[in-house]
Amino acid sequence: MKVAFLGATRGMGRSLSRLMAARGDDVFLLGRDVADLERSARDLEARAGRGSVGAAPCDLEKPGGFAAALDAAEARLGGLDAVVVTAGDFARQEELERDVERARRLLEVDFTNTVVFCEHARRRLLARGGGTLAVFSSVAGERGRKPVILYGAAKAGLSRYLEGLDHKFRAQGLRTVCVKPGFVKTSMTDGLRPPPFAGDPDDVARDVLGAIDRGQPVVYAPPMWRWIMLAIRMLPRFVMRRIGF
Amino acid sequence: MNAGSEGTLSGWGRVPVPGREVRSEDLEALTRDAVLCRGLGRSYGDSSLPPPGHPVVAATPLADRILAFVPATGNLRAEAGLSLRALNRSFLPRGFYSPVTPGTQMITLGGMVAADVHGKNHHRDGCFGAHVTRLRMRVADGRIVECAPDREPELFRATLGGMGLTGHILEVECRLVRVPSPWVLTETERIHDIDRFIDGLKEAGSRWPHTMGWIDCLSRGPLMGRGILMKGRWAEPHEAPRGVPVPRRRPSVPFVLPGWVVNRWTVRAFNAVYYRRHVPAVRRAVVHPESFFYPLDAIGHWNRMYGPRGFTQYQCVLPESAGRGAARRFLELLTRRGGASMLCVIKDCGPEGIGLLSFPRPGISIALDIPIHDETQSLVDALNELVIAEGGRVYLAKDQLTRPEHFRAMEPRLAAWTCIRRKWDPEARLRSAQSVRLLGDRP
Repeated sequence: MKVAFLGATRGMGRSLSRLMAARGDDVFLLGRDVADLERSARDLEARAGRGSVGAAPCDLEKPGGFAAALDAAEARLGGLDAVVVTAGDFARQEELERDVERARRLLEVDFTNTVVFCEHARRRLLARGGGTLAVFSSVAGERGRKPVILYGAAKAGLSRYLEGLDHKFRAQGLRTVCVKPGFVKTSMTDGLRPPPFAGDPDDVARDVLGAIDRGQPVVYAPPMWRWIMLAIRMLPRFVMRRIGF
Repeated sequence: MNAGSEGTLSGWGRVPVPGREVRSEDLEALTRDAVLCRGLGRSYGDSSLPPPGHPVVAATPLADRILAFVPATGNLRAEAGLSLRALNRSFLPRGFYSPVTPGTQMITLGGMVAADVHGKNHHRDGCFGAHVTRLRMRVADGRIVECAPDREPELFRATLGGMGLTGHILEVECRLVRVPSPWVLTETERIHDIDRFIDGLKEAGSRWPHTMGWIDCLSRGPLMGRGILMKGRWAEPHEAPRGVPVPRRRPSVPFVLPGWVVNRWTVRAFNAVYYRRHVPAVRRAVVHPESFFYPLDAIGHWNRMYGPRGFTQYQCVLPESAGRGAARRFLELLTRRGGASMLCVIKDCGPEGIGLLSFPRPGISIALDIPIHDETQSLVDALNELVIAEGGRVYLAKDQLTRPEHFRAMEPRLAAWTCIRRKWDPEARLRSAQSVRLLGDRP
């Protein structure tokens, strides 16, 4: 599979890109920091023991560069079967409430710009007759929850967008995979207190890779979060107002 | 990994201190203001724990990228948080393995350098440091420097076995070894007493690259030091099964067992069964390398077995100059004091390496687990006094309870090491709970 990967240098993206490279997928890395991308590219080459991994700069804060970045990926890979997006912005709710400008940036990166990037990817995949678009949203978008109001709102919008893509374009060969990780122990969540059922990035990556291969439209990772979120969605408002979760 | 309850950290022995980890993929940023790095937290005592005055450690395991690998030479360069398990699992299918491996693969490359770990092949291949070709470090004044045997050699030698106190290790370059197959051929042999055990280790060491033994340290009199001697080498292709060994899922000790579970009687029963089950007296097999090198990794959280107060591991080396009787004298003292250890590992060490504070030296190394109770400190003191009298020393990666005056008496090399450390870090800014305890660093 020829895969363009936005956000493979850290966290769950790093784990998932390693699994894909190790099984023989051709991976092309997109990200903000070119030196960091190069280090990740060497890591994937060394772990896969074959081939060479290309990289190009792409910053979710600069939508002007999306088309060129995907062009570079397509040219280097000689085609495109899948686009994976794990990049995103995160900040604690308290910080976002204090700083409106910070909140605006997060909303723009996690919703508007991510959707714009997906639009570029969608067009390219459809032009080739289809493919897989796997995007990391979050369980934070499932319900308005006190600790993740703004981040959750952006992710809720993203999940709806991906759902719509699936409804409209699956018949034309576009397989949309919306990944909804629960709490996963990565550097993004460092310093937050992990709840029970907190996941490990390598385990999440295995679950997500299975979903990508099956073309599953929505995947919770770790799978337990599907049931946790089902329960959370059913809680009445007066309970949600009282609990801190 | 084995962070204790909220706001505490502990070594593998599960004796907590106040502290927390800060984690990041970006080790350069993470180490800018750090006083100590911590890998996977498998050192038993307080070497990976922060000093009381700065209760934060930089956790390295997310910095785990492989930066270069040259198959022709086996040369590998990687970030310091790469685990030995990830390394072995990536490279064994391609015919390479770490040249030296300790008894767990839940250790980072940085930790392997900081403790200058040794393995079952120490008598032949030395410590891990002997296979390290270059280190990239952030030293105490914030600069990033590279060191190697021929580049800042003093810093290099002080860092091998320097417990992370000479600078933060960012990248490690080392040579992997080529193995003829991904399987290990083993021979295990039942041995009746300690003197024969030591002869057996020496004799096996001349023919086998990997040797070590498990001894029953509760048996007394003529049976003192009975046990099982294990020998191994990589299997040749014609001796090995087809295919690559598959890593197995492992069971785990689900919660902290009550303190009474491990006591003199249960350990005696365990030891007797383990010893007697080994029939015939000599057995050969071709086994998974993980079960040969890391038998304890097979059980997750095995450190919970020793109860809520945790445990310490005591490992010393008794030098050749002390003679064959030294191991017997050590076991006599241990059994007299009633130290009940489920795990007692014996191994012969080869020549001293270039690490200025590295643990091994020619002689016999003995390692045992001791559950923490009211008498543990005085038992460790007594063992240390014997080790000093025999001219030996203890392993810092295991230590939790050695007194500073005892450590100084064991380590004539300390002055030379301290001199180099001062040169790079005059105020001893980089420090750990262990360095506060043993070296008198400010808390």
